[in-house]
Amino acid sequence: MPSALSRVVKSRLFFALVCLGLVLALDVVVFAITNQQNFFKIELSPANTLTGPLMQILYWAPELVILAMGMTLVASCSAGADISVGSVMVLSGAVGIKILGGNNIENFKVEEYAVPLVLAFGAFIAVGALCGVWNGFLVAKLKVQPMVATLILFIGARAAAKVVTGGTILRVEPKSFRWLGNYITDSEGNNIFPVPTQVFVAIVVVAATALVLRFTALGTNIQSVGINAKASKIMGIRSDRTIWLAFVFCGVCAGIAGIIMTSKISSIDSQWGARMIELDAILAVALGGNSLAGGKFSLAGSVVGAITIQALKTGLLTAGVRAEQMPFYQAIVVVIIVIIQSPELRPMASRTLARMRKFSGKKVVKS
Amino acid sequence: MNSDSKNRPQDFRVADLNKGFFGGVFAKFYGNNLLVLITFAMLVLIYSAASFIFRDQNFGSLNSIFSMLHSWPHLVVIAAGMTMVLISGGIDISVGGQCAMYCMMFAYFMQEDGWNVNSYVMIAVVLATGLVFGFAQGVLVAYFKIQPFIVTLAGMFFARGLTAIISEKTIGIKNEDFLGLAAVKFTLPFGGYTDGGGVYQAPYIYLYAILALLGVVVLYIVMTWTGFGRSVYAVGGSEQSAMLMGLNPKRIVLQVFVIQGLMTAFGSFLFCLSLPGGAVEKAVAFEMNAIAAAVIGGALLTGGVGNILGSLAGTLIQLTILKIITSVGTLSSGWGPISTAAMMAFFIAMQSVLTSGRRKRK
Repeated sequence: MPSALSRVVKSRLFFALVCLGLVLALDVVVFAITNQQNFFKIELSPANTLTGPLMQILYWAPELVILAMGMTLVASCSAGADISVGSVMVLSGAVGIKILGGNNIENFKVEEYAVPLVLAFGAFIAVGALCGVWNGFLVAKLKVQPMVATLILFIGARAAAKVVTGGTILRVEPKSFRWLGNYITDSEGNNIFPVPTQVFVAIVVVAATALVLRFTALGTNIQSVGINAKASKIMGIRSDRTIWLAFVFCGVCAGIAGIIMTSKISSIDSQWGARMIELDAILAVALGGNSLAGGKFSLAGSVVGAITIQALKTGLLTAGVRAEQMPFYQAIVVVIIVIIQSPELRPMASRTLARMRKFSGKKVVKS
Repeated sequence: MNSDSKNRPQDFRVADLNKGFFGGVFAKFYGNNLLVLITFAMLVLIYSAASFIFRDQNFGSLNSIFSMLHSWPHLVVIAAGMTMVLISGGIDISVGGQCAMYCMMFAYFMQEDGWNVNSYVMIAVVLATGLVFGFAQGVLVAYFKIQPFIVTLAGMFFARGLTAIISEKTIGIKNEDFLGLAAVKFTLPFGGYTDGGGVYQAPYIYLYAILALLGVVVLYIVMTWTGFGRSVYAVGGSEQSAMLMGLNPKRIVLQVFVIQGLMTAFGSFLFCLSLPGGAVEKAVAFEMNAIAAAVIGGALLTGGVGNILGSLAGTLIQLTILKIITSVGTLSSGWGPISTAAMMAFFIAMQSVLTSGRRKRK
């Protein structure tokens, strides 16, 4: 059945899964050589946690998966990307912890909560949403290119976080703050459940997004706006409101990712926190088979893409690449993917091929 | 990116003022330059207000104006290049990463106990690297039709990562030729001030600041009075029309990116002269400053409109505000980027309002 096969091969998810397979294969080799470790081995550690390379990827990937959700929608409807997500994560963390600590911040430590934890987490998300509203306003109402519009917060939000925290690292002492980004513990500090909580947070966010997009017209609207904003407007879709909504959603995702990031290390570092995560998120969307030029999207693809990135990073870190050097390799991967996705590639390749055939004296076959 | 050609702002010509000789002169000046005029007015306003508020710090003297140029000579050059890229309808956010990379190249390869490369050879190598970097980005943007933002975002991460691969240490430059070049300065016989001790402080300007200004002037001449410059405006205004006119937009965009790569390398060289050393975290958030300078200077993000000299005014406004922040003394360093971001937001909003008003009238 060639038609069914070609349909599978051409689908977005296939591209994403092939990439994931390649990266996992790389990881298997890397782990076997450097650590003499079986990449797929998962075991229960004495501390009642599941450990192993795969769990390591699952431990770090959720933030990226959540960011990729927001980024997918933004890329789909605005044909751009929100490059402010990392800075927004840091800003939401800074404001959230400042609110959580209230007057109880001493020596840059929060010893006791000034407000209930839920309220502080609400503040994280509210800050993210506000940043999204601002980005969306610039893009949807003032018609600024998405990436230039979000460049403002890319720089501004991190600087604002620096001002909020006073340029220091704020720590949160109480253990319950760590639950959302780590394992849930009982009063004696023993792990209750062997899987990190953020995995479930990511699953909830992905499921909620997928359900909303599936059972409302929003998903279709976003794709329609991305394919042709003017035609959608004539059809009766409020293009600017749809784009605005996508940016607000992206901001909310950044806020949730900010919760997980600060909870994981129970502190906020405005200088180094979530550094260069923007490219990871964009890369996740692209690796998921989604076009960065807007239009149709696949959430499943983005999830696979995000896990692929994390697997790649884990592999590179194990192979001895330092965190500061990582962007170099990521950039190369991005460039390769966008070249593959480029609509110019196929005609260019066929032209070159035709020229080569002509050169070798053979007859040019028209396809 | 250029699909929306109907919404493209054309120019800022006012028909009624366009008649007669003086009308012609007015139109020539006013034509595409309304935003530039606003910027220059703002620069004068902010600077005089600052010199009034900080009277005791000799804000008004030439020394103080030169010291702004001495602190960030690279912004002057790179903002001019950025304006050219914006006029062509593209954008380049890799400049900060590139700047860190070139500075690290200077610092690492000129170490005495390392490669110990001759400083002049190193300058040539860095400029050549800039050309290659610009060429690679230009090919991806022009011939593969990838959004310039994605390409240069990748370029930014590529350059920062490569900086860390060269070295993660903070390395100072001790090469004597290089430091000698950095120390060349010219003292002016006028425009100084008398300090508290009654000693006359003559203003001086370093060679690298002059080179930076020279770079801007050369680019201005190229963009205003050569065929290439006019083609860049044409391609940025409407790629389709430019193609129908017989221009080759792909080649022009490629040339723009190559020149921008060269300008970035040149600017980084000047930066390295003003602050000899290399570090991974050098020039962080610098792309923002460069784009803001171009935008404040009147370049439209939609392409086709802009003025190289405007970027100089945009640069000086930013430097003035940074100087004000340091003059106040009690503000956190985070306020620098915040003020730049706020200013950029303001000017982008103003551009949008101006161009949408034009859209409605048509």
